[in-house]
This record gives sequence, structure tokens and C-alpha cells, in this order.
Amino acid sequence: MFIETPLVQKKKRTEAAAKIVFMLMTILMILPLLLILAYLLYKAFPILSLDFFITNPKNGMRAGGIWAPFLGTMYLVVISLLISAPIGVLAAVYLNEYAGDNWFTRIINLAVVNLAGVPSIVHALFGLGAFVLFAGMGRSILAASLTLAIMTLPVIIASTKESLAAVPRAFREACWNVGATRWQTIRHIVLPNSISGILTGVILQVSRTAGETAPVMFTGVVFFKKISEGDIFAYNLFDQCMALSMHLFTISTQVPDVPKALPYGTAVVLLGTVLLVNALSITLRVYLRARKKW
Amino acid sequence: MPNSTKKIEISNLTVKYGQVAAIKGISFDIYKNEIIGIIGPAQSGKSTLLKVINRTIEFVPGVAVGGTVKIDGEDTQKVKSVHELRRKIGMVFPLPVGLPLSIYDNVAFAPRMAGTRNKAQLDELVERCLRQAALWDEVKDRLDSLGTKLSGGQQQRLTIARALSHEPEILCLDEFSIAVDPVTTMRIEDVLKELRFQVTIILVTNLVQQARRLANRTAFLFNGDLIEIDRTDVIFSENPTDKRTYDYVNGIFG
Repeated sequence: MFIETPLVQKKKRTEAAAKIVFMLMTILMILPLLLILAYLLYKAFPILSLDFFITNPKNGMRAGGIWAPFLGTMYLVVISLLISAPIGVLAAVYLNEYAGDNWFTRIINLAVVNLAGVPSIVHALFGLGAFVLFAGMGRSILAASLTLAIMTLPVIIASTKESLAAVPRAFREACWNVGATRWQTIRHIVLPNSISGILTGVILQVSRTAGETAPVMFTGVVFFKKISEGDIFAYNLFDQCMALSMHLFTISTQVPDVPKALPYGTAVVLLGTVLLVNALSITLRVYLRARKKW
Repeated sequence: MPNSTKKIEISNLTVKYGQVAAIKGISFDIYKNEIIGIIGPAQSGKSTLLKVINRTIEFVPGVAVGGTVKIDGEDTQKVKSVHELRRKIGMVFPLPVGLPLSIYDNVAFAPRMAGTRNKAQLDELVERCLRQAALWDEVKDRLDSLGTKLSGGQQQRLTIARALSHEPEILCLDEFSIAVDPVTTMRIEDVLKELRFQVTIILVTNLVQQARRLANRTAFLFNGDLIEIDRTDVIFSENPTDKRTYDYVNGIFG
């Protein structure tokens, strides 16, 4: 009874080997991230201070801080998400809850999937043509934000649709059976139970928008712009702005004799912002999932 | 007791899912305040029939419905508000669905969606429906806890309570007892016997004895056809009109 046959022993060895391989891969995945973070922090350490945040770049980018690019990135991220999040979420609700299965919605769904895979440089060219030139916005924060919004829209639609689809159909049917309208069903059952996934999907787009260089470089971000330090309303919609991603590119490759700590400091702030936002989204998801109701 | 007023008139009803015919042209009437049992093997169109009556069949992609269903003489396809139509009909399906809301909100959902806001009115309604569904005693102290956390059998009774919450004139039960223990099933059957004075009950069941216990009349569906409909004592007698009915009821089918 219960003795180890050769077959059982073999299965045990395979089991152990599989576990170790999977664990190693996981560690391999985390390792570079930790190394990058440690290296960046180490290199940037001498320069990191509150001053670094709230002073503009000076002396042809060779001194000073990152105020103008930092604020510019904030503007771009916030404005582009203010545009793409509502449109994306509402469109996804329509596609998942109202639209029937016909050639029209199939084309839209196909377009959403394919648009999510379009390289950002293509979006950049589209933004330049459509917003900067055709709509006459010029190179501006508005044009750049719209370009970023177009870029994130399909991803937000796709992730929102997925969250909505995760709510069991039986819940909807139970609501319809008692005479609730589609909107009542969505409002009281579907949205409250998918909101965590929807928000996570939207917030994850923050990191993507903050990191993109090409789309904003074409449509509204400039090499250098001086703004009033510490004033969070220093830009307006039709201004051009600086951005962290572009700034990092400039001081690492375009300007000679930049002190080494400057690009590292910029990278730390960019990465730090992204990680902070991701941490926020994870916390939010954990919080909302704790209230999950089935 | 059943009277001769026609509550539901089904004439020449056909339902097709794509190319597959689920109901192949059936006609019969359901009288006010009767319990009508509908029996038949799987795939005979029983559940489809219920979905046609409250028009939730429309949510199935690629479905085609022909013929007419009239409720109180009014064609269900031509009613002004399909939501009002559905509120007239309580639906209970085989698998329990507790909405992801508290027990109280599960039962109060339908009246709230219909515009009832009065707290006292809702309280009274929730208690009455939960009592009717034989669930009140088990949950009265925890109405705030989630309906989805109840056991399967309790959730099924919650589903029944919800189906009663919009005070339907017709109650459709599709194998309600599949997830409920025999004792509770009997309690709910007793409730149905009382409810028949207020509502018309359509009881789809795989337990032929349940139809025998409760139904005034019983319809035997097979493969989308109506084989026979008659008084329950005739259907279950030694000589129903169709031999297949006798065979099915006595378990010597197929």
C-alpha cells in the first residue's frame, strides 16, 4: 500500500524540476528590474532633492532640475486620460452591453484590436497631420494630449470590455427577468462589479503615456521651455511644453558635457512616477476586490 | 380554483435557434389561476417556451420567433413596454442566481427598479416574499449579508423570493427544485398551492410526480411539439390520448 513505484518517483522528480524552472524564471524576471532601479538610484543619488523637482533646467540643460519637463508630462498624462478614459469606457460599455453581433460591431471590434497594436510613431504622424496641421491646433499640449489619447483609447476599450465580460451573464439575465432595463442592469449590477478592472486598465495607461516620446515629440513637446518654477498652472492648453521622456533623450544624447547625475535623476523621476501610479492601481484593485461579491 | 378566463394564449408558436427548431408550432391556452405543469425530456422546448413568454428570448443571438403569445388578450410582441410585461411575470430558472447584492437588496431590487422608494413598503415586501419562499426564518437576522454567499438551496429560494417581489400575475418555475432539498421543496410546493389563488403558475419540471402533485393540467412537450395537454389526472391515468405520454410518465420512454 502507498509505496513509491518507479513511475511515482519519476513523476516526483519531474514535479520538482518543473517547480524549480518556473521559480528561476520568476526570479530572472524580477532581477533586472531591481538591478535597474538600484543602479539608477545609486547614480542619481547626489542630485535627488526637492530642488531638483522645482527648478527648471539651466545652463543649456547642464544644471538645474526638471520642473518644466516634469510638469509637462503631468499635463500630457492627465489631459490625455481625461479625454480617452470617458470615451473608452463608454464605448466599451456600448460594445459589450448594447451592441449586437453584426458586421458593423465586428468591424469596430477588429479595429480596436488592431489599433492597440499600431506603433506609437504611426500615431505620432497621425497626430501631426490631424491635430497639429489639419485642425490647426499647432504644436501644443492639446495636440499632444489628443494624440496620446488616440493612442491609449483602443487599449482602454479592450481592457474595459474584458472587465465587463467578466461579470457573469446570469446576473444580467436575472435583472432583465424582473423587468430592469439594460441601463438599470449596467448601473446597479454590471458597473459596480467591474469597476476595479476598469480603473486598473485606465491607470495602467498612465505609465504608457508618461513614457512615450515619439508621439509627443511630433505634436507639442519642445527641446527647451522656461516656465515659472513651482507654479502648477505654468502651462496652458495651447502652449508647447517639455516632457520627461523627451528631456531624458535630449540630455543623454543631444547635449554635450551634461553632468552624469542629471539624466539618471530624470530617469529615476520618470520611473518613480510610473511605479507610484502602478502601486496606486494595485492598491485600488486589492481594495475593490476585497469587496467583490461573488 | 382555475376559471375559464384565458390568461395566456399561445398560437402556432415556433422558435428557431439559427437552423435548429426548438419549438415547432404549438398552440394552447393557459387559464387564469391554474397551475399548469409542463413535462418532457431534455431539448423538448420547455425552457424556451418560458423565455418566449417574458420575451427574454430576444437576448439570445440568432433566434427567430414565429406565431403569437397573448397575455390577457394582448399580443406580447406589440406591448408598449416590454419591462412592464416582464414585471407581470416572475421567472425562476434551474440554477440559482443570487445577485451580488445583500439579501435584502436582492428582493428589493425589482420594486426599486420599478420606482418604489418607500422604506416601510419595501421592508414589508421583502419580509413577505422571503416568507413565501420559505427563507425568512433562516436569514431574518442577516439581511445585510451577501445573497451570493448563501448556500445553493438558499440562493434558489432567494431567487424565488425575487421572482415574487414584483408581484407578478404569472409565475414561471423552471425546475425550481433542482438545487433544493426535498423538505424545502415540499414547503415551497405548499406555498405554490396557496399562491395559485392569486397568480397563474407555469411549472416546468423533470419530476413528473411534482406535476402530478401540483398541476391542474399538464402538458407533455417532446422535441418541440406539444404531444398532449389535459387534466393532470388524465395525463397520469392508464389511458392518456397519446401512448408516448403514458410511456414518458411511467418512465418507459425511449
